Amino acid sequence: MASFTLNNQRVSVDADPKTPLLWAIRDHVGLTGTKYGCGAGLCGACTVHIDGKAERACMTQVSAVEGKTVVTIEGLSPTSSHPLQKAWIAEDVPQCGYCQSGQIMKAAELLASKPKPTRAEIITHMDGNICRCGTYHRIIAAIERASREG
Amino acid sequence: MTIAIKGTEISRRGVLAGLGGMSFCMALGVDGFSLVGEAQANTMANAQVTPWVRIAPDGIVTIYSAGAEMGQGSMTSLALIVAEELDADWSKVKIEFAPADADIYGYTFQNQRMMAIVGSRAVQLYYSNLRTAGAQVRKVLLANAAEKWGVDAGTLKTEPGAVVNPANGARLSYGEIAAFGKIPATLPAVDAKELKARKDFRLIGKTIPRRDTPAKVNGSAIYAIDVRLPGMVYATSLHSPVHTGQPESWNDADIKKLPGVIATVRLPNGVAIVAQHFEQAMAARSALKATWKKGAAESFNSERALEDYVKVHHDAKAQTTEIDKKGDVNAAFAAAAKTHKAEFRSDYGYHAQMEPLNAVVRINAAGDKAEVWEGSQAPDATRDEVAKALGLKPADVTMHQCYMGGGFGRRSLGDYAAECARIAKEVGRPVKLVWTREEDIAHGMFRPQSFQCLEAAQDASGKIVGWKHCVVGEGGVLLHTGIRPLYYDIPNQHIERRGVSHGIRLKHWRAVGHVFNTFAIESLVDQMAADAGIDPIEFRYQRMSITPKAKKCFETVAQMCDWTAKRPDGRALGVSVTERSGSLGAGVVEISLDRQSGKIRVHKVWAAIDGGVIVTPGPAKANVESAILYGLSSMLHERVTMKDGAVEQSNFHDYNLMRMSDLPEEMHVEFVDVDTRPTGLGEIGNPFIGGAISNAFFKLTGKRLRHMPFTPDRVLATLKA
Repeated sequence: MASFTLNNQRVSVDADPKTPLLWAIRDHVGLTGTKYGCGAGLCGACTVHIDGKAERACMTQVSAVEGKTVVTIEGLSPTSSHPLQKAWIAEDVPQCGYCQSGQIMKAAELLASKPKPTRAEIITHMDGNICRCGTYHRIIAAIERASREG
Repeated sequence: MTIAIKGTEISRRGVLAGLGGMSFCMALGVDGFSLVGEAQANTMANAQVTPWVRIAPDGIVTIYSAGAEMGQGSMTSLALIVAEELDADWSKVKIEFAPADADIYGYTFQNQRMMAIVGSRAVQLYYSNLRTAGAQVRKVLLANAAEKWGVDAGTLKTEPGAVVNPANGARLSYGEIAAFGKIPATLPAVDAKELKARKDFRLIGKTIPRRDTPAKVNGSAIYAIDVRLPGMVYATSLHSPVHTGQPESWNDADIKKLPGVIATVRLPNGVAIVAQHFEQAMAARSALKATWKKGAAESFNSERALEDYVKVHHDAKAQTTEIDKKGDVNAAFAAAAKTHKAEFRSDYGYHAQMEPLNAVVRINAAGDKAEVWEGSQAPDATRDEVAKALGLKPADVTMHQCYMGGGFGRRSLGDYAAECARIAKEVGRPVKLVWTREEDIAHGMFRPQSFQCLEAAQDASGKIVGWKHCVVGEGGVLLHTGIRPLYYDIPNQHIERRGVSHGIRLKHWRAVGHVFNTFAIESLVDQMAADAGIDPIEFRYQRMSITPKAKKCFETVAQMCDWTAKRPDGRALGVSVTERSGSLGAGVVEISLDRQSGKIRVHKVWAAIDGGVIVTPGPAKANVESAILYGLSSMLHERVTMKDGAVEQSNFHDYNLMRMSDLPEEMHVEFVDVDTRPTGLGEIGNPFIGGAISNAFFKLTGKRLRHMPFTPDRVLATLKA
C-alpha cells in the first residue's frame, strides 16, 4: 500500500511496491491522461511531476512516491487554463495528441523554474520527449507563447 | 417526428432514442451511399439505414464523421464538408464517429465499399458525396420553411443555422424547423451546379480549429488504451520472434504462479498472458520462456537479403511484374545519344506510432454479441476481424472508435483487436490487450526494404526520352507505389517489380513505396542535371517533359526558398518532386554536414503543394509539416534490421526517432492556389525528403547517397568512397 498526494487528493494504492507509478495512476487510480509509450524512460509520454520535478512515471516505483506530491496532466489546472494549455490550443499543437500530456508536464517544469527560457534552453529541456507526429516546432512556439503571455 | 433506426448499431440507439427532431438517413444504393428521408428509408426493402445528419429542436446539428482520427484532422474536416453545404452554424455542430459499417458509411474504392482511412483518402474520397449530402439536408430545410410561410422555396436563403426570407426578414432556425419539419419520401436531388461556389464557402478553406484539440491538452481525450470496463482484466502477448512462427510450448505452470496471473492463452502465432493488472501481465511476459515452431523467415538476414536483391535484378528468370509500359523503351535506349544508370537501396521502416497497439473487447454472457474499442484506421475491418475471431456475424459486433495515438498505415487490419477478442472469449471477461513497445516493434509490420535500378536514355537534344525502373523486394504493391513518374511525360517507359518472398510482415507506412521510389527517381534526375551542367530545376523544365502542374509547384518552391540565392558556407540546397494520393508538390531542403561525425543537419525545409481545394488549411499545413518531419526522421535515423528472422531493434534506444534537437530551424509549407477537387495531404510531405537531402548532399560533397536511411556511418563511408 502506497499513499501519496495525487492532484491535491490523498490516494492509497494497494499494489506491489515495485509497481510502476504509471500503472498505479492509470489503472489503479483511473487517471488515464498520463500515457504509456515505451515503458523504459525513453519517450517521455508518461511524464508527471513528483514534488514539482518532471519524472518518468514508467520508471518510478509507486513505493518511491510514498508521502510525496504527484501531479498529472489532469491536475495541472482544474479548468485547462494553465498558460501552457492555452498556448497549446492557440498554436494548434496536438495532432494525434498521445504524447502531449507528457510534453506539457515537461514544459511546465521548465516554466516553473525559468519563466523566460531561451529557445536553446527549451530544446535542451524538451529533447527527451518524443513526438512522432512531429509537432516539435509548435511545441516550441507554444512554450514561447506561454512564457510571453503567462 | 420519430426516428427510424434500422440495423444493428446498438450503441447509438440509446443516444438517439427519444430526442425528437429530424433525422436523415444514409442508405446504400447502387451508386454508393446516398441520403434518404426516413419514409424512404423505411420503404427500402432490406436496406440498412442509420442516421448521418441529425438536427435537434435545440439547433444542435450532429454529424457523424467517418474520418478516423489519428492526428490528421479528418474527424473535423469530413463533418465540416457536410456543414458547409448544409449551411450549418459550426458552433452548433456536434461531431461523432460514424458507426463501423462500410455498407452505409464507406466510400467506394476499386469497386469495394470500405471505411479505411489510409492513403490520405478521407477528404478526397468523401468530399463530393458529403457535399451532396449536406446540400440535400439544406434543401429539405428550405422546403419546410417555404411550406410554413406559404412562399416559393426558391425565394428563400440560408444563413448559418437558419432559413431566412429576404422579402420580409422572416427567419426560422434549423432547430425550429426540426421541431415541425417533415422529410419527404424522396429527398431532393442535388445537381453539382447547385453546390456552393468556392467564393461562397463559409467553412471550407477558412481558419477552423480542430475539434479534438481541447481534449488533447488536458488528458481527457480517450484512446482505446484508456478505456476501462467493469470486471476488465489486462492482457499482453509475446509473439514468435520469427515472423509467421507458432508457439510450441512455454513455462505455463511457472507463469500461472506469478502474482495476478489469471490465464495464459495460446494464439496462432504467440502466447497471451492475462492478469488482474497490466503491470502483472507485463512482468509475466518478461518471465515467459517459449519455444517456437519454425517460421517462414527462420534464417532471414535483412542485410544479406538486400544484397541478394542485386542478383534477383540480374536474374532473367526472376518473378517479374510489369507495372507500366509506354512507347518503345528498347528503341529509345538503342537510339540514345547518352544513357544513365543508377542503383539505390532502402531499409525496412517501423511505424513507431506513440500509442502501442491495443484494444478492448467485451463479449456478452450469451456469447452472441461483442463490443470492441479500438483506435482504428479501418473500423469496418476491425468489426469484421473481431467477428471472424469469435465466429459471429459482423452485425453482432459493435465497434467503438477511439482516437488513435498515431496510425501511419499500421492500424487498418483489426489484427490486434481480433487477438484481444480471442483472449476475451477464452477467459470469459472483458479484456484490454496492450502490446508492449518491445512487442510492437518485434511483431511489427514494416515498410519493405528495396533495391532499385533506374536507367534513362537521352536523345541528341538532351531530352530524356527513355526510362526504366526496376524495384526488387518483398511486398507486392507496397514496393511500387510512387514508382510511376507521373509528373514527367517521358514518351518511352518500362517499369517493373521483381518479387522475392521472405515471410516478413509488411504494411503500408506513410506513403510507403513513394518514399524510396521518389528518392531513387529524383536522385537520378539530379545526377543527370549535374552531368549536363544544368540547374536541376531548369533541367526538369528543359529535359524531363515536366507536367504543367508539377512545374507550377517547382516554380512556387523556387520562389519560396529563393533557389538561386547564395547560401552560407557549408550549406547547400537540394530539390525533389513529391507525389502521393493525387497531390503533387516540390520540396527543397537546406543542409550542412559534420564531416567528422557524418551527421547531416537539415536547417530549412520548403514545400509547395498542389492538393486541390484545401478544406481545413490549418490542419492541412500541420499534416504536411508532420509528414516532412516523419520523412526527416526516417531518412536520417530509422532502420529496422533482422537476423535469423527476428527484428534486432527493441525500443526507442535502438530504433531512433527524430527529437526536438534535430528540428530544422525553419519549415515553410505553401499550397498552390487551385480550384480543383481536394486530393490527399496526409503523406505528401514525406516522399521528397530523401531525394532533396541526397541531392543537397551531392551539391555539398560531389558524392551521392544511395542507401537510405543516411545514417552517419553510411555518410562517412560515402565520403570516403
